[in-house]
Amino acid sequence: MKPGTKLKSTVCGTEVMVIRGSGTVVECGGAPMVEERPAEPGSINPRFAQGTQIGKRYVDAAGTLELLCVKPGQGSLCIGGVPLQLKDAKPLPASD
Amino acid sequence: MNISLILQMAADTESERIGLVCDTRRWSYGALLRAARGAALNISKSTCSYVALLDESSEAAAIALFAAAMAGVPYVPLNYRLSNTDLGALLSRIAPAYIIADADRIRQLSSEGRHIVRSRAAFVAEAESMADAAIPTDDPGDGIAVQLFTSGTTAAPKAALLRHANLVSYVLGTVEFGSASPQEAALVSVPPYHIAGIAALLTSIYALRRIVLLPAFDPDDWLALAASERATNAFLVPTMLSRVIARMDAGVSAHPPALRAISYGGGRMPIELIERALKLFPDTDFTNAYGLTETSSTIALLGPEEHRVAHTSSDPVVRARLGSVGRPLPTVQIEIRDEDGKPLPPGERGEIYVRGDQVSGEYRERSALDAKGWFPTRDAGWIDAEGFLFLAGRADDVIVRGGENISPGEIEDVLLSHPVIADAAAVAVPSTEWGEAVGIAVVTKPNLPPPSEDELRTLIRNRLRSSRVPERIAVLEALPYNEMGKLLRRELRKLFQS
Repeated sequence: MKPGTKLKSTVCGTEVMVIRGSGTVVECGGAPMVEERPAEPGSINPRFAQGTQIGKRYVDAAGTLELLCVKPGQGSLCIGGVPLQLKDAKPLPASD
Repeated sequence: MNISLILQMAADTESERIGLVCDTRRWSYGALLRAARGAALNISKSTCSYVALLDESSEAAAIALFAAAMAGVPYVPLNYRLSNTDLGALLSRIAPAYIIADADRIRQLSSEGRHIVRSRAAFVAEAESMADAAIPTDDPGDGIAVQLFTSGTTAAPKAALLRHANLVSYVLGTVEFGSASPQEAALVSVPPYHIAGIAALLTSIYALRRIVLLPAFDPDDWLALAASERATNAFLVPTMLSRVIARMDAGVSAHPPALRAISYGGGRMPIELIERALKLFPDTDFTNAYGLTETSSTIALLGPEEHRVAHTSSDPVVRARLGSVGRPLPTVQIEIRDEDGKPLPPGERGEIYVRGDQVSGEYRERSALDAKGWFPTRDAGWIDAEGFLFLAGRADDVIVRGGENISPGEIEDVLLSHPVIADAAAVAVPSTEWGEAVGIAVVTKPNLPPPSEDELRTLIRNRLRSSRVPERIAVLEALPYNEMGKLLRRELRKLFQS
């Protein structure tokens, strides 16, 4: 994966766009995300089932990875079992 | 990431919510997405290389923007006010194009027979009729999303390129998805070929803020539409705001009831005008946005709180910030550099450079970015001790008198403080002694006699330095502006040369 890649969960409806980062395996609901969804969905690991929210950005602690959730689902996003964090968005006034 | 995903996300989340209002028609996000998909199919079938819009603002602009993105070809909104000669030249640079415009006008303009031309109504109707047949096309990629021809006030228009990555970076960096409440509505009155018009479509849809389009700006229509559609937000260029205020001063219309926020940009805002606006709209949040076509819109902001602090401060340094464009967005870097490209410390004037993912700096012919990704804006400016950016005109507009750089703005501000003067401009005039000297053109308020040349010279000498005192003075009926309210300084320079 690299910026611009769309990753899909194999266990729920989650889809994310890679904004920053490359070459990392991202997991959703406990299973690696893929570019082509398999015909049969897998089962979600209940330890990783906090859900994803559309329009939210998810980052790793090191700040090397940023994902934008473009379709929500029940799984939660991790790398190597470590949950990704919601990116703090500083609100700006509308300017257009 | 392709910008069409912005509309897709809006439609996935709030398919039935009204996203766009134009004339009498109201479009939900779902309806806009279906129309864009249908239009994308028609564009793909045409095998055209570009999608061009030669029209006022309408739902067709939003549909064409996203449809072009889905079809993987650049969207090129054109200035419909250009002469046939100039437009013909631009059309020949984007052949073959799928053009949304008046067919008769295109026939007059272009001998190029390969274009496909649709009227606005036909384009929208065909898009909707294909909507149900449309399946998501192959990956359209994330190359060039938008191509805008610069206004070419100095030379032939350049084709500025904005990639999907630039625009998406701007949207993600400035807007939180779905952050607008269902009551919010943004009144958009800038033309579709202006970067602010394109950015407004993208950021409003991403915020899920309803867009209310005013196809052609008129202050009375603006006030009426703001009231009837209960607009909460609006963007205006300074000349538009000035015309709105003039109508309100004349007692034409009441205050738009729901208006909470006005952002402005796209030209110099005279201090007197923003102070007047702050008094007239005390409960409205004002935001000054500074940006360029080549930077995917806004790169610096002066926010509502900063306006209030500056407006009410007794500290002259803080007060002066009402005339600034605020601070850089968190996602961009701004530097002031001298003529040799060396960064300058706070307070020193030079050329504004900007860097960030939203900055394209790319033209069809070449990229203007330096080796480290910095874009030279050709705008002159300086940054104060707390990081507020002040503009000092185009780098090309600086008057160089005997080696001293003079910003036209400082002279214009002093002239505008004179009670009789309605508008003023300072430009370089040829001088045998100094190389260049200051020439000023002033416009007086209706039915008032112009001040004497001596009075104007004394005013400037007392407020500024003697080098700023004008050598030439012209009293005009009106200053020359283009349709976006940009002062045409070259016309004034010509006037002083003749």
